[in-house]
Amino acid sequence: MLDILSDVDRWRADGQRVAVATVIRTVGSSPRPLGSKMAVSGDGGIAGSVSGGCIEGAVIEEAQSVLEDGQPKRLSYGISDELAWSVGLTCGGEVEVLVERIDG
Amino acid sequence: MGFDSLRQSLLAGERVVSFTRAEGGELGARLLVWPDGRSEGTLRDAELDRTALGLATADILPATGLREIEGVEVFVETFEPLPQLFIVGAVHVAIHLVHFARQLGFRTVVVDARSAFATAERFPHADELVVEWPADYLARAPLHANTYCVFLTHDEKLDNPALQVALEAGVRYVGALGSSRTHAKRVAALREAGLGQELIDRIHAPIGLDLGGRRPEEIAMAIAAELVAVRNGRQAAGER
Repeated sequence: MLDILSDVDRWRADGQRVAVATVIRTVGSSPRPLGSKMAVSGDGGIAGSVSGGCIEGAVIEEAQSVLEDGQPKRLSYGISDELAWSVGLTCGGEVEVLVERIDG
Repeated sequence: MGFDSLRQSLLAGERVVSFTRAEGGELGARLLVWPDGRSEGTLRDAELDRTALGLATADILPATGLREIEGVEVFVETFEPLPQLFIVGAVHVAIHLVHFARQLGFRTVVVDARSAFATAERFPHADELVVEWPADYLARAPLHANTYCVFLTHDEKLDNPALQVALEAGVRYVGALGSSRTHAKRVAALREAGLGQELIDRIHAPIGLDLGGRRPEEIAMAIAAELVAVRNGRQAAGER
């Protein structure tokens, strides 16, 4: 949480929209523990991480609609997922992420 | 999503348990609960809110993860107060230690009564810089269970009374700079001041993991490494 806090504070002070992705489920080996967070700003800023770099790109893409309409999303990535072939986890585990917009 | 309240509480050193619906149409609905029973938000189901409140006010706080509550999948997240480091002594080692500690996720406060050392010019990177008698400052600072204190002044008049405040407050980590001879003298003084052996044994001294370095930045690195070891439970308080 602390790793994203100062960036989130700054973005919000600038009046930007901010979405936060949280690791809510992991199976097998996964690089970041439960509760790890990545924040994404409307201007494309990124703080923190939810994996070792393998799924961040996909999560940031998904976060755009969350920033837009404020509707939270639960996303799954892993070897059992079809997405695995496009944004698979190098570690071979599974990760689920909840993305939501900060509205106060 | 309760972000502002959460942020405020963590900076103030409070624990918070967050419950978030992780499935269905109410995805993202959130209830924040403080261990004293205060709450904010709702899971949009009175029964669910009640059960969550019970979990968050129990003696043992729930672990972070998904769990089924009243047949609904909920992501439970227990937030510990943000780790904070108080550095007593605005000395050369402290300048480097502030760098490392901030990188490692500690909110960092430097305190020294000597205004020649405790200057904004030397500590532009500290979260807070306090020019005050350290014992007085620590006595009114929010010392919670996730607080780390290091004593670097090399001046027992400044260090010892402040050390006593930190030890009696039950902070997570207390480390003090100085050779074993300096430390023996310090222990004698603290005992004289009426401090029990159990508390005195909690002091990490000589401070830091043994990296063999003598330069200020190397000593700072050794201290930072010890803070990480303690934070990760690899080194119990007072155990070396």
